Amino acid sequence: MAKLKIIVSPTSFFCTRIEWALKLKGLEYELTFEDWSKGKSELLLRSNPAHKKVPVLLDDGVVIAESKVILEYIDEKWKGGDLYPLLPQDPYERAQARFWAQFADDKCFIGTWGACRAEDAQEKEKAVEAALESFTFLEKQIKGKKFFAGDKIGYLDLVAGWISHWLGVLEEAGGLKILDAERFPSLHEWAQNFAEIPPIKECLPPRDMLVNYWTALLSRLRSSAPSKL
Amino acid sequence: MAEEVMLLDFWPSPFGMRVRIALREKGVDFDLREEDLSNKSPLLLEMNPVHKQIPVLVHSGKPVSESLVMVQYIDETWGGRSPLLPSDPYERARARFWADYVDKKVRLGRMVWLSTGEAQEAAKEEYIECLKVLEGELGDKAYFGGERFGYVDVSLIPFYSWFYSLEESANFSIAEECPKLVAWAERCMQRESVAKSLPDQYKVHNFLLELKKKLQAQ
Repeated sequence: MAKLKIIVSPTSFFCTRIEWALKLKGLEYELTFEDWSKGKSELLLRSNPAHKKVPVLLDDGVVIAESKVILEYIDEKWKGGDLYPLLPQDPYERAQARFWAQFADDKCFIGTWGACRAEDAQEKEKAVEAALESFTFLEKQIKGKKFFAGDKIGYLDLVAGWISHWLGVLEEAGGLKILDAERFPSLHEWAQNFAEIPPIKECLPPRDMLVNYWTALLSRLRSSAPSKL
Repeated sequence: MAEEVMLLDFWPSPFGMRVRIALREKGVDFDLREEDLSNKSPLLLEMNPVHKQIPVLVHSGKPVSESLVMVQYIDETWGGRSPLLPSDPYERARARFWADYVDKKVRLGRMVWLSTGEAQEAAKEEYIECLKVLEGELGDKAYFGGERFGYVDVSLIPFYSWFYSLEESANFSIAEECPKLVAWAERCMQRESVAKSLPDQYKVHNFLLELKKKLQAQ
C-alpha cells in the first residue's frame, strides 16, 4: 500500500496540524518539503493548482488540500474501533468545533498576523486590540476545560494548536504581546498542556528556526509594498 | 414543529440563501426571521455574539452560525432525506474543498460591483477567472458532485442571484464567459428549494444600487 505523503513547508503550522492528526490516528507518513527559495515545486503546482499552497495530503493516488478539509478527511477515513476520534459525534458539537476552528484561523491567526505586519504605531495598536478581542472569545471557550475537546485533545485543539508554539514566535518577530497569562489564564494553561503531549511535542519545529523565518518574512514584506489588510 | 427551527436571515444574503436551500432540501419546517442589519435584534446579538451576523440557525434554542457550518449541521441532523454531502471520505473532502474555494473567491464579486474604472476591470478579470476554475471543476457533470445536487451546488448557487447586478455594473456577460456554469445554475433553479430561496435578480440589483449609493455617501 502506498504510503501517506504530505507536501509541507517546515515552518507552517497548517502542515504540522496534519502531522498531529496522523500521529493521533497511528498512521505512518512521509514528508516532502517545499523549498521556497527554489519556488513552488512541480508536485505542489500539480497537486493544488487552485491555491498552490501547502499542506497537501497524497493518499494512494488521491490528493487533498486545505488543512481543515484534510483533518476532516483523516478523521472520516480512519474512524471507529480504537482509532482516535478528532471530531465529536454529536452534530451540534461538531458545528461548534467547526465554527471555532474557522474563528481561530480567520480571526485569531489572521488578526495576530495583521498586527505583526502593521508598521504604523496607531494601526498596530488597533490591530492588537482587535486580536485581543478575538482571543477573549477563545478564552471563554476553553475556560473550565482542560482541552477544547474535553479531557483529551481533538480537532479544535489541533487547529488552535499554533497558539502553543508559533504565537510566541510571531509575538517576538512582530514586536507585540497577545497571550498574556494574566489576561488569558485558561488559554495560557491550555497552550502549555497541549504542547507537552508527546505526539504534539514531537512535531514542533525548533523555535529558533521559526523565529528566523518569520522575522525574515516580516522584514521582506515591510521593504516591499505597504501592508494592505 | 415550525417553532423549533428558526433562521435569522436577510433576504439578499447569499449565505442566508445557502441555509434556506439546505433546510428546504431536507423538508424542514422553519420560522424565517428577517433581520434589519442597520438595527440588529437583541435575539441576533444573543445568538451570534461573536460575529453579530446573519444567517444564524436556532434549533431548539441552540444557535449555529457560519453558513457552511450550518449547511453541514443541517445535513447531519436531518440525515435521511436528500443528502448534501456524499458518503465517501474523498468525495466529501473534495466537496468541502470546493465549497471553501467558493467562500474564498466568489466574494470577489463584491469588489466587482463596488469598484470602478481600472480597479473594477481588474476585479472583473479575477472574478471571471475564478468562475472559470469552478466551471472546469464542474466539467460535463450535471452538478458538482455528479448526478445529485449537493453541498458545492448549495454553496455556489446563491451567487447566481447576484450575477445580473454584477454584469450590469461591470458591463460583461457571465453566460458568454462561462456558458456551462450558467447552464448548471439554470438547472439548479429548476429545484423548488433553490427557486424558493433565491430572490429575484432585479430586486437584488436595485438593492445593490441603493447599497452602493449609501456606501459612497459615507
